[in-house]
Amino acid sequence: MNNNSNNWLFEITPKNKFFSLNLKEVWQYRDLLFLFVKRDVITVYKQTVLGPLWYLIQPLFTAVTFTIIFNNVAGINTGAVPPFLFNLAGITVWNYFTACLNGTSDTFKANAAIFGKVYFPRIITPLSVVISNLIKFGIQFSIFIAFYCYFYIQGYDLSLNGWVLLFPVLIVIMGILGLGLGMLISSMVTKYRDFSNLITFGIQLLMYLSAVMYPMELIKEKLPKFGWLVEYNPLAYIIQTSRYMLLSVGEISIAGLLYTLLFTILAFFVGLLIFNKTEKSFIDTV
Amino acid sequence: MHFKSLKIYNLKLEKDIILKAENISKQYRLGQVGTGTLAHDLNRWWHQIRGKENPYLKIGDTNDRSKKGTSDYVWALQDINFEVQRGEVLGIIGKNGAGKSTLLKLLSKVTAPTTGSIKSGGRIASLLEVGTGFNPELTGRENIFLNGAILGMTKKEIASKLNEIIEFSGCERYVDTPVKRYSSGMTVRLAFAVAAFLEPEILVVDEVLAVGDAEFQKKAIGKMQDISKTGGRTVLFVSHNMAAVKSLCTRGIVLENGKVKFDGDVDQALDNYLSINESTDSFILFDEKTVRSGSRNLEFISLEIRNQNNVLCQEFSIGDDLVISFKLQNNTKEVKSEVGIQIKSADELPIFHIMGRDSNFEINHNSFQEEYTVNLKDLRLYPGIYTITVISCTTTGHQIFDNIENALSFQIMDGGKYTFRNLPRSVGLFFLNPEWQKS
Repeated sequence: MNNNSNNWLFEITPKNKFFSLNLKEVWQYRDLLFLFVKRDVITVYKQTVLGPLWYLIQPLFTAVTFTIIFNNVAGINTGAVPPFLFNLAGITVWNYFTACLNGTSDTFKANAAIFGKVYFPRIITPLSVVISNLIKFGIQFSIFIAFYCYFYIQGYDLSLNGWVLLFPVLIVIMGILGLGLGMLISSMVTKYRDFSNLITFGIQLLMYLSAVMYPMELIKEKLPKFGWLVEYNPLAYIIQTSRYMLLSVGEISIAGLLYTLLFTILAFFVGLLIFNKTEKSFIDTV
Repeated sequence: MHFKSLKIYNLKLEKDIILKAENISKQYRLGQVGTGTLAHDLNRWWHQIRGKENPYLKIGDTNDRSKKGTSDYVWALQDINFEVQRGEVLGIIGKNGAGKSTLLKLLSKVTAPTTGSIKSGGRIASLLEVGTGFNPELTGRENIFLNGAILGMTKKEIASKLNEIIEFSGCERYVDTPVKRYSSGMTVRLAFAVAAFLEPEILVVDEVLAVGDAEFQKKAIGKMQDISKTGGRTVLFVSHNMAAVKSLCTRGIVLENGKVKFDGDVDQALDNYLSINESTDSFILFDEKTVRSGSRNLEFISLEIRNQNNVLCQEFSIGDDLVISFKLQNNTKEVKSEVGIQIKSADELPIFHIMGRDSNFEINHNSFQEEYTVNLKDLRLYPGIYTITVISCTTTGHQIFDNIENALSFQIMDGGKYTFRNLPRSVGLFFLNPEWQKS
């Protein structure tokens, strides 16, 4: 038996280490990750007539509404770029973030039944949300490209710059930020349900602070007292930068981007830490 | 030489332990979760940094639902130790709330133990209430892949087993139909098939056979026997179905109030389980807590069992007399009635059912309370635990007045006036000593 004791495949013990991300285990379950993504993509629009067209309708209508309200009524100036394209860029990127945050923030609550029955690395679930939303983002982004080409042909002054090559990196950062915050919130929700109420209108409020429908400089200019609210919001930098990359409007702030990166890394690791702590015992409190 | 190598192999088998639970305990907090826990968390943390023991681990009652505890914390499991060998089929039995489900949750890594550790030499897959991993919108085929992946299989493994799974489930026709159109029985078949073909080293099966028809249950039990016998894999089986436990398991663990009460041969485990389940007295007064059914026109007041020396007794030997006495109360002035006494074995197998009329005895009532005695002379049952069920009804049997299942239990011990031979229940039920002669 002394022989045997070295051959244990794994051991189940009370308290986990302070921090553990078992990447090897996640890799073993990569097929599950893939199947979860597939399930999410397939099942969302089953039994709907328009199917994946719904992915496009929502950002288009929002962009039209924003253009009418913020540009035509309120008169926000977007420079050489057509306001519709300006809004569509912001909304497409913002949508990815909210989808990640919303999708991951109820991980434990929505999956309580299955988490209560079988074990698999819990992080697979939020990870699959972020990835399946990336596919949704890809579809929405293609409609942006279509309109980009349309306005270009129409003779608008649209110029790409070298920064656009870093756009995928920006999206990954945004996904990780959404994942980190989502994991944090999902862990809190298991113990205090209040957070799930907070999140729905919190996201809406956050949109107004994230420079989605206005250029970042504008708020500094018009509301110098509250400009810091936007300035300390890492999401504002992501939206602002993505618009600079895609449409060459506004400015790019290296310091702001570094701050965003740092914030993202911090949010991800804190989220992971709390998530890890929660996953071992949440079934007793949910 | 050949003999020697065989012996070594045997030795190895004996020591091939695949699962080992050491001192595992699980504590739950009762009442409102989420309120006041912060204070406890802080207190715990304060003890921890001073290097003291967790203050809440000391308190806590054993998990007995019926008694009101003194503490907010309760031990669902306490100091559980056991080892499971490769290829063994272990039955885990116990009353509701004995800690079976908690133990399974710990084994399947769904929740962590409060203390202790579980060491495993193989993958553990659980077949708990099936269908949880099923997505109703996806087809049967898609769900096989999804469910298999949730249980830890890779896509390649599932693909190689796909045909077997579909065939075993018997859902070929519906495999490309969304699962929401399936009957519940079909869903269970499919889910069981996925898990059964998963080939984990350890398969945990919880009360799934309750669903599905008899044919499927037979198939499922056969498959589980297959898994352990030819596959050499280990099965942990949790069930209230004593017959299934008996036919499937080689070893049994009895849990009572979160503790291991018995660990050993499955027949003895069943006896042991029954002895906690039923009263351990040789005399019982029925009251409002008694589980009974019937119109109560006539009701049983008490029941007792004695031996041939007229001593209240619970343990008998083969050849002893079993004297059953009961008191009846006549609530509605019935004139005549009939009483039935049923004896069942530990695995709920009815052995015999006696009625007064079998012995030409009429039960005529003339007072409010009356006592009757039935002497079962020369008891010939094999060693084990048996239960007594009493029924009072009309002489035609159309109306049940009072029916108390498993009201008392008694035990037949080894030995007695006829034999000293060992008589395991697995070989027989009745001890006979007929005349032998050489012709």
